[in-house]
Amino acid sequence: MQPVVRLRSAVCLLGRFPALAGVDLDVLDGEVVLLSGGNGAGKTTLLRLLAGLVPLYSGTAEVLGHDLSQDRKGHRRQLSLVGHDTACYDDLTVAENLRFAARAAGVETPSDQEVLDRLGLGPLRDVVHRKLSAGQRRRLTLATALARAPRLLLLDEPHAGLDAEGRAVLDAILVRAPAEGQAVVLASHELERARPLASREVVLTAGQAHGTIPRGGRGRGATKPGRPASRRRVEAHVPGAGTDL
Amino acid sequence: MNLLQEAALVAGKDLRIEARSRVTAQQILPFGLIVLLLFAFALDPDRGALTTVAPGLFWITVLLGTLLAVGRAYAIEADNGALDGLRLSGLDSAALFLGKAGAVAVELAALETLLAAGVVVLFNVSLTGLAPLVLATVAATVGLAATGTLYGVLSAGLRVRETLLPVLLLPVVAPVLLGATRAWEASISGVTSDAWPWVALLGIFAVLFTGIGMLAFGPLLEES
Repeated sequence: MQPVVRLRSAVCLLGRFPALAGVDLDVLDGEVVLLSGGNGAGKTTLLRLLAGLVPLYSGTAEVLGHDLSQDRKGHRRQLSLVGHDTACYDDLTVAENLRFAARAAGVETPSDQEVLDRLGLGPLRDVVHRKLSAGQRRRLTLATALARAPRLLLLDEPHAGLDAEGRAVLDAILVRAPAEGQAVVLASHELERARPLASREVVLTAGQAHGTIPRGGRGRGATKPGRPASRRRVEAHVPGAGTDL
Repeated sequence: MNLLQEAALVAGKDLRIEARSRVTAQQILPFGLIVLLLFAFALDPDRGALTTVAPGLFWITVLLGTLLAVGRAYAIEADNGALDGLRLSGLDSAALFLGKAGAVAVELAALETLLAAGVVVLFNVSLTGLAPLVLATVAATVGLAATGTLYGVLSAGLRVRETLLPVLLLPVVAPVLLGATRAWEASISGVTSDAWPWVALLGIFAVLFTGIGMLAFGPLLEES
């Protein structure tokens, strides 16, 4: 099966600092991959590399069939990134922000009400972004990401700022993602919440990926019931794994 | 969506935001009128000079308004990380450029309409030679919007963008100030034949910077 993401010895520099110091990672269709690691480990940079927002310094990176060393933009219509900011416009309403994001991705959204209802934003569709609470803004960000019907969903601390109901909605989205043909790469510090949702966990330390831990969560790569939960040397490893910078 | 539909999507988004925030209506347009009024106060003892220099004062005011409109066009992208959203939108970078420049051009057209009325009333100027005058205005507006949008993205991601933009933009648009002022002077004085070479210069400038913008906007947006 062709991987959605294929990184080999990927290095990214932020200024002169190697935020990613040689990462190998494969993500298959329908997988939910959890990125864990401390602050500054490189989780956000890895997500931004996959989105094409930061350049690849060395190594190879293919995302959705596009070689990022040649073209960082060609795959963007097929992915959504939920970052720390909402990437929405203060003076547009919930529905207008949603429609703009979807139409930009080439998705006409006659069913935008369905997406809004799914995120619990139906009653707020005509409210401008600046009047939403932090949690409602977070939900809108997720809604705009889903409205683009992405093949690859990149989530950076998606549970942050959400109330209990919002977290449950997000969990349901992650559970449904594999069935909808979406691959998900999720960075989180809330491991107790995120681990059961993921098929694999990749631990990042100092810009390096240290092996893959299979998880009993959802997705194509999930550990099957009864299967020994031993560590597999599979999709993510790095030369010299186990050594910090 | 084709290129023009994508550009219309971006322009529609920017204009909807402006209509709702009323920054253009309540700040940029009044700013233009205030500048004209101040010129009128400063030159009032010499009404003849005021009429003579009216085209230059008009276009200097439009240039100042351009700085505000372009700054505003990128300020809305700076909030909430919207610039990243725009990069990730999947829209063609040429369409992004055309859309943002189109929205700036519409705002400038509104400003110019108001300022033209102000020049007639305050400076006692009669707008004759309408054909070259209107064409010069359209070409200058397109040139200013294209150049402003292109140089605006250079400074979009910087904390010093408000102060950097005038330094970058004003020297580049000096030919627009010169050409538009000369075209207006010739039109108003009734010697329209003198206006056409300046209209042609403005047209070349507009086409040139629209083309450069469509090509260069994408790489500049990635680096901003």
